[in-house]
Parts: sequence; C-alpha cells; structure tokens
Amino acid sequence: MKFIDEFRDGNVAQGIARAIAAAVSPARRYNFMEFCGGHTHAIARYGLPDLLPSEVRMIHGPGCPVCVLPIGRIDLAIKLALEDGVILCTYADTVRVPASGGLSLLRAKARGGDIRMVYAVSDALKVARDHPDREVVFFAIGFETTTPPTAVAILQAASEGLKNFSVLCCHVLTPAAIMNILDSPAVAEPGAVPLDGFVGPAHVSTVIGSRPYEGFAAQFHKPVVIAGFEPLDMMQAILMLVRQVNEGRAEVENEFSRAVTREGNVKAQKLVAEVFELRPSFEWRGLGEVPNSALRIRECYGEYDAERRYTLEYVKVEDNKACECGAILRGVKRPTDCKIFGTVCTPENPMGSCMVSSEGACAAHYTYGRYKDAAVAISSHAP
Amino acid sequence: MVEINDNDVAIVELGGVKKDISLALVEGVVVGDYVIVHVGFALTRLDPEEAARTLALMAEAGLMEPAA
Ligand code: SF4
Repeated sequence: MKFIDEFRDGNVAQGIARAIAAAVSPARRYNFMEFCGGHTHAIARYGLPDLLPSEVRMIHGPGCPVCVLPIGRIDLAIKLALEDGVILCTYADTVRVPASGGLSLLRAKARGGDIRMVYAVSDALKVARDHPDREVVFFAIGFETTTPPTAVAILQAASEGLKNFSVLCCHVLTPAAIMNILDSPAVAEPGAVPLDGFVGPAHVSTVIGSRPYEGFAAQFHKPVVIAGFEPLDMMQAILMLVRQVNEGRAEVENEFSRAVTREGNVKAQKLVAEVFELRPSFEWRGLGEVPNSALRIRECYGEYDAERRYTLEYVKVEDNKACECGAILRGVKRPTDCKIFGTVCTPENPMGSCMVSSEGACAAHYTYGRYKDAAVAISSHAP
Repeated sequence: MVEINDNDVAIVELGGVKKDISLALVEGVVVGDYVIVHVGFALTRLDPEEAARTLALMAEAGLMEPAA
C-alpha cells in the first residue's frame, strides 16, 4: 500500500539501525519514552528492540487510551447499561477491561445489558435514530484523535434535534499526561526513572500539531520527536533523539512531517473547543488525579452529557492488587515485572487494562512473543 | 480516497477494501488524496512531497554512517 510499504522496508531499517549504533556513545544510556499506544504496538510487532543497540532503551508511556481509563469510569458505563437501561454504544477495545465486582462491559452484556460495539461514533448516532423510543449513550474514550469525532457527533445530534442521544465523556489530553510524568517524583528525582526524550504520538499530533510540546521540551529540557506509526518512522525518530541527546539539544522535531504541521488540524481543534471544556481534574489509571487533563461537555450542550442526564457520580476504585498497570503506565515498571504476566493474566483473560487493547504494553509484549524475557526473569527468580 | 459524496462522506480504499469515512474534520481534500483515517474520520491529508523527503532522509541515514 502506498505510504505504508515504503515505511516498512527492512533494508532501510537496517541502515538506520547502523546509523543509531554508530551515533550512540557507549558511555551513556538513552532512555526514551514512546507516549503513544500505536508506537508501543509497532515496537513489539516489528521487534524494534532487536534492532536497537543496548544503550537505547524504550519505555512505554501512558498513551494507550483503554489502559488509562480507570475502573470507576467503566463502572459508570456498566451502571448506565444495567440500571438505567440505556443502549450503550462503545468502541470495541473497552468491552473486556475488568471493572468492579468481576464485571466488564462484555460480562454486563451477558447479564442482559444492551451494549453494542461500534466502529465509529456515527454508528451510535444511527442506533439512536433507529430506536427513538430508547436512550442511547456513547461511551466516549480516547485522546485528541477520538475527541473531534465525538464533537462532530454532538453537533450533529444538536442540529438534527436528536433527543435520545448522549455521551459519557472520558476524553483525555496528551500534553497534560506527559507533563504529569515529567513532574512526578519518579522522574524528577535524581536516580529515579531516567527519561532522556520522548517519541511524540502520530495521530494525536496530526490534530494538536507540534506546538503543544514546545513548552515542556524547553521547561524540562527533554527532546521530543514526533514520529509516524511505521517501523522506519520509529527508527528514524530514535536516531533523531539520539542526536539531540548527544548535542545537548531539547527541541521539538517532527519526523512525521507528511501528516503533522506545527498548527495541527485547526478545523478539528475549533470543533472540539465549541463542544468541550477543560475538566478541573480527572483520574487516570496509573497517574491518579491529574488536574486539567481531560475534557467535559460544555453546559450549552449539557443535554447531550450523560453525566448530567443521569446524575452520575464518579467513584474511585482501587486496581487489582497484583496488577502493575499503574507502574507500567508511569514507565516505572515493565510488563515482565508483573508476577502474573502471561500466567494468570493473558489477553484471553485480562486482569488489568494493559492486557486488553493491542496497544497496551502487556498485550503487545504478550502477543508478539516478547515475553521470552519473562521466561528468563521467572526462572532466574525461581526458588 | 476514491469518491466523495455530499454530507462530507467519502469512500476510501484501504488495501482493496472500500470504506465510508467522514470528512467533517478536514478541509479541501479531493479524490486521489491520501488521508489518515481514525475511528471512521479522516484526520489529515498526507503530503506526498514531505513523505518523499522523509524517505530520502531515512535512506541517507543508512548510507552516511559506515557499518560498525
Ligand atoms: S500482566 Fe496483567 S495484571 Fe500484570 S500489569 Fe499487565 S495487565 Fe496488569
């Protein structure tokens, strides 16, 4: 396929790998965090760690939309389906995330909840049009890529006068999460998680542009390179990061210039600003409550806001104790550090959110056989 | 992108499969453009010149530094 195959060429990948190997200085370590779940997936799928010199280590960040959704939010969606009797439309990734009381959306569906998986929010609108006698709620999750489609849907519902459609808004913001990680004691204290730079997200950046990263690149003196999704994009971005570190630069560079501009998609940004406003605080799995890190529906579109319509109260729920998703999402631990990785917790029977979506760190490691490092770790710790 | 209807809906081809997507988030795209699609919406147009430039940089990276 055009614009895809060229960016997967193995020979070119080897060439960039050689360039990275030649550029790293053996005396130092390069710890880069990829923020985006799509990148986590690509790294595992194409086995990029095998192409990188040992000096370069990739750390997964909290960029998988399903993974950062806390249990309490899924509980709200389940409540809407089971207690309020709405038709709950959701992206497919969320249905297997474990929630309270041994439930998940999928299990709630088995208990009679009318839960429907949709590919696009426009499908949820269609469900609402087709069932004028039922209430339809769209479970809106994700970063800046899924937010504009939700905004379009709410505006569409308003212009059609669709009365039985509302949105449970759980949209979150990328720059706020990166900021939170940089600010956390785990990163800020000397000797803690070392972070030498970020691979900036691909799709998110097409919408928000490269400008939002400039502030923290300067403030925290960390380089950021925005990268496309293909393996060569990732390799090239890592090379660019290595060069910045070597030269002591902390700039925002854009490897994905074929799709990302400094301004981003202004039309999408305007639609989002029309419908949504900042939420003072939002709980993330792994990061806890993060101020100004998520969006809610503006009052003028309040009738499309499921939280207002059903007076939903968010209740914090602790994660499963054995699950290390929180630490993994902060970049402090790796999937293989979790005692139940690949044994009790598998994609078929996930215990935590990181094992659910293919963009989750645990699922990506598991699916692409990178848990061979797990086997080593387990046997070396055996009594 | 192979066809554009009214109402901001376009038909795109993804590896031989045709799919309806919304153009509500982009401006000025025309048939023949390449777009990045996410959850049923075109997010942005791909710039072929920038793509070529990036590929050239990648190829160059492999040539510049001799094999270690
Ligand atoms: S392996 Fe499962 S339980 Fe362990 S951190 Fe990952 S998702 Fe959580």
